[in-house]
Amino acid sequence: MSLCRKRLETIEALKNDIHCLAADLKHVVQLMEVCGTHSHVIGRFGIRQLLPESVRLISGPGCPVCVTTAGQVAAAVEIARRGAIVATFGDMVRVPGPTGSLADARAEGCDVRVIYSPMQSLDIAAAEAPRDVVLIAVGFETTAPGVGATVRAAAEAGIGNFSVLCLHKLIPPALSVLAADPHVRINGFICPGHVSVIVGARAYEAVARQFGIPCVVAGFEPEDILLAIRMLLAQIAEDRACVENAYGRAVSWEGNRRAQRLIAEVFEPAAAAWRGLGVIPESGLSLREPWARYDAALRLEVEWVEYPEPEGCCCGQVLRGMVSPSECPLFGSACTPSSPVGPCMVSSEGSCAAVFRYERAVAH
Amino acid sequence: MCLAVPVQIVEINGRQAVCAVGGTRVRAYLDLIEDAQVGDWVLVHAGFAITKVDAAEAEETWKLVGEALGNVSVPEAAGDN
Repeated sequence: MSLCRKRLETIEALKNDIHCLAADLKHVVQLMEVCGTHSHVIGRFGIRQLLPESVRLISGPGCPVCVTTAGQVAAAVEIARRGAIVATFGDMVRVPGPTGSLADARAEGCDVRVIYSPMQSLDIAAAEAPRDVVLIAVGFETTAPGVGATVRAAAEAGIGNFSVLCLHKLIPPALSVLAADPHVRINGFICPGHVSVIVGARAYEAVARQFGIPCVVAGFEPEDILLAIRMLLAQIAEDRACVENAYGRAVSWEGNRRAQRLIAEVFEPAAAAWRGLGVIPESGLSLREPWARYDAALRLEVEWVEYPEPEGCCCGQVLRGMVSPSECPLFGSACTPSSPVGPCMVSSEGSCAAVFRYERAVAH
Repeated sequence: MCLAVPVQIVEINGRQAVCAVGGTRVRAYLDLIEDAQVGDWVLVHAGFAITKVDAAEAEETWKLVGEALGNVSVPEAAGDN
């Protein structure tokens, strides 16, 4: 049988299972995904169109660029304007901040460089000494170990002109906040794929147990997403709430212990401000004291300023699942990928970008 | 940013590996995994291998991706409609 035929049959079978399970539901269920790439895959493959009306997929704060606050963006831009070389992942560059974006700073003549791997920022620091090089470290648990390894490598090589603006955030504490939020009903979590490679499926146990919400770790093929939805519906039908792993080819129960140890060696949990969710205790990472010299916030005496969201921008509510992208008054009119107002439209992992790109035609 | 594709280690130089994906080569640091060997399939994210993946599963994923891109032809069994 051709591969294509096999895949279509698998998808059809999963779709039928989902419809069968949904038929017995007593109310509409809302399943939240918290992974930018899941948002993207759901949009691209039109997963929502395969589901019955009683099963709704909502997007949560799964895009690390999107949950970076206006104040955090402004701090990065300020660092660029002060003359340091800023090394950043690509989709941070165009995020509009209250004082402009990193792209704006670059257009003004500031030195902003896009990197794919945090280790590249070390190469830049070595090449550009004694100029300060600051890595804007945005990302969840998937990216943090690599940044930790980079900080360790900087120490080993004695690179003195390198530091990290540590904006890493952790997914499980955010899930607890979302689960406790009375404004959004969440009946199941589709848990992120590659965050889970690092933290393990067990990281979601506390949320499942404390809030009675089923959690299924999903991979990135459309079949993976449909399978996770089916498994969540089965749990709901059976009144169970536990963690299941549907991405066993990459994710284990324990996760990557070596990466976890590295995170623990270089970072410690700290309170962090999330766009849309506010300050969540122990939900971010900051550099441990022995690594303080690599902490850009200390080294460059960064001042953290709070800013309001842009007028009319619903990113905060979109990130909490309270508002869907198309419900934002600016969606598709004042806010488009080419002229974005908020980060959810800019980032390749943003939910507004995913809906704009793949689902707009369907909505109309 | 989350997306990582399975790639196969073809060369190891200290902490770094050269990995092959289709016809391209990518570098990945091995700090986050243990006992990496040439021939292992790994997931690479932001220049770091974050886990090994089952070889059979990884090859399957690449066959799917390759077919979609028209790079790999999977022979159809006789009698398929």
